[in-house]
Amino acid sequence: MESSRREFLKVAGVSAVGMGIGTQPVLDAFAASGGESGEAKAPKMVRGENALTAVHWGMVIDTRKLETAADLEPLIEACHKVHNVPHHEIKRHEIKWIWETEYHHAFPGKSNKYLNEGAEHRPFLVLCNHCENPPCVRACPTKATFQREDGLVLMDFHRCIGCRFCMAACPFGARSFNFRDPRPFIPETNKKFPTRCKGVVEKCNFCAELLAEGKMPACVEASNGAIAFGDLDDPESEVRKLLRENYTIRRKQTLGTEPSVYYIV
Amino acid sequence: MLELAIKGSKRYYGLLAALAGIAGLGGAFWLWQLDFGLGITGMSRDVSWGFYIAQFTFLVGVAAGGVMVVLPYYLHDYKAFGRITILGEFLAIAALVMCLLFIAVDLGQPMRMLNVIFYPTPNSILFWDMIVLNGYLFLNAVVGWNVLEAERNGTKYAPWVKVLVYISIPWAISIHTVTAYLYCGLPGRGFWLTAILAPRFLSSAFAAGPALLILLCLFVRRFTNFDPGREQIQSLAKIVTYALILNVFFFLCEVFVALYSKIPEHMDHLKYLFFGLHGHGALVPWMWTAMALMVLAIILLIPPKFRANENLLAISCGMVFLGTWIDKGLGMISGGFVPNPLHEVNEYIPTIPELIIALGVWATGFLVLTILYKVTVGVKEEAGA
Repeated sequence: MESSRREFLKVAGVSAVGMGIGTQPVLDAFAASGGESGEAKAPKMVRGENALTAVHWGMVIDTRKLETAADLEPLIEACHKVHNVPHHEIKRHEIKWIWETEYHHAFPGKSNKYLNEGAEHRPFLVLCNHCENPPCVRACPTKATFQREDGLVLMDFHRCIGCRFCMAACPFGARSFNFRDPRPFIPETNKKFPTRCKGVVEKCNFCAELLAEGKMPACVEASNGAIAFGDLDDPESEVRKLLRENYTIRRKQTLGTEPSVYYIV
Repeated sequence: MLELAIKGSKRYYGLLAALAGIAGLGGAFWLWQLDFGLGITGMSRDVSWGFYIAQFTFLVGVAAGGVMVVLPYYLHDYKAFGRITILGEFLAIAALVMCLLFIAVDLGQPMRMLNVIFYPTPNSILFWDMIVLNGYLFLNAVVGWNVLEAERNGTKYAPWVKVLVYISIPWAISIHTVTAYLYCGLPGRGFWLTAILAPRFLSSAFAAGPALLILLCLFVRRFTNFDPGREQIQSLAKIVTYALILNVFFFLCEVFVALYSKIPEHMDHLKYLFFGLHGHGALVPWMWTAMALMVLAIILLIPPKFRANENLLAISCGMVFLGTWIDKGLGMISGGFVPNPLHEVNEYIPTIPELIIALGVWATGFLVLTILYKVTVGVKEEAGA
């Protein structure tokens, strides 16, 4: 009994320090160990040797090279497999990071009455736009969704409280919520990426975990060159070259969120 | 003072037991929801907020409505309302308890709720909503309790209580303004993206809150020895009338802008709610019922003769409450999510477990209200004896 009481006091003491009630030197020591109260002093993260880096990651999808649903399926499958996205039977519970839709749904504001054959019949890939001004990041009350320096909009699945404010804020319907435990619905678990628990939001992460290993995003790899991925800030990058040479559109750019995904139609 | 709550008639205890029973049933279903996840509700990735958040929004209004008795009494020295300010403040407390519970049952990971405090994020409106709602709950609890205790002791409340009262008046406006800002600042949701949303929320709040208060006053008069007073009820009725007219007017402003401009992102939500879109129209009969109730209530409330008839007034207030509840507690939230950002129509219909959990929260709120009103009436009866 005595020892468990002491344990309790110790824990309570540390919690009090964590909340900023303790004395300064202790606070510093706690901050140095990575405590939340001293985010500025947190240990420096070291980047992997092979990690791919950019000032502003972006994507260009050449929809001319993705003619049919069969062309898109391997891309979607690759993404959902590597990220342990569950296959729910009930549509209400559905989770998707990247999926196909029609032109009219991908670009509701640019839906011309008379479209050319290609746009009319071609399936379009949609995913998180990793906006420069992400409304989801603005809305999140816990910083569980945040924007990294290189433009990636990411999620901390352990901090998310499941309020779904980010889902209301996203103008692209890019976010999904775990309405139930996803694990029984993952056909084959990829041990290199975390599975999620029920009650948290998730979405495309531009394969931040693969970039850190020096690999390109899964959908880009599976696209046979139809999707280019690179640094929008670098005039010499492949994405910028494509943007120079082709007329491209973005989803709902009038809303000012500045999507980082461009489409060649 | 709390001892007044445990000395009651059989009927009082019967009411408490019934409410506790419903609350317990809701609690049991909530445990199921905790175990399974929010998948037991009708929500989806397209309609990601549903019945819970809609009830929350409506009840923030009821809570803010309490200020309609506090403001005339403390700022304009309208003495008659002195008799019922406590009833308004305690109604606000019960409504806020329900608001906070509805937020809690809507969270996917409620055990992580305190992350909102551990990682304060001022750019999130939800952060501010947490502050204003809890602050308003605190203000009403402290003010209400102190004023009532002073009344019981036959003394005047301490001067600092008055300071809190003055703070609570703009604070009441803030709770519903911030709640409207949750919605109207989102770039992709045309239905909510309108500057009239906060005023519209407030006007419907000042109709629904006082309408419920009138019904409660009539209830208290009938079942206890405390009469909240005829003049008080009549003054409240005038407030309900004007607020309801404003609410319908603001709504028509919204309808004009959306339908005359014909901008699809704004118009299609209204079309969905009132006429159905692409063959989906689950809310159509509800929305027309809400409109009919509100318009009819205006007709029944404007003529002084009708308003003076308390039986008719009770019916009108019931209509106001029901009409504004459908408008805000059913249409306002799912209407904003249908059609979705990709302009697809995926409807939302709450499930039975979801409705039972919601009913449990309402019962909990009314349990709190019953106890608080019992104490209040006890003090008033003592003073009157």
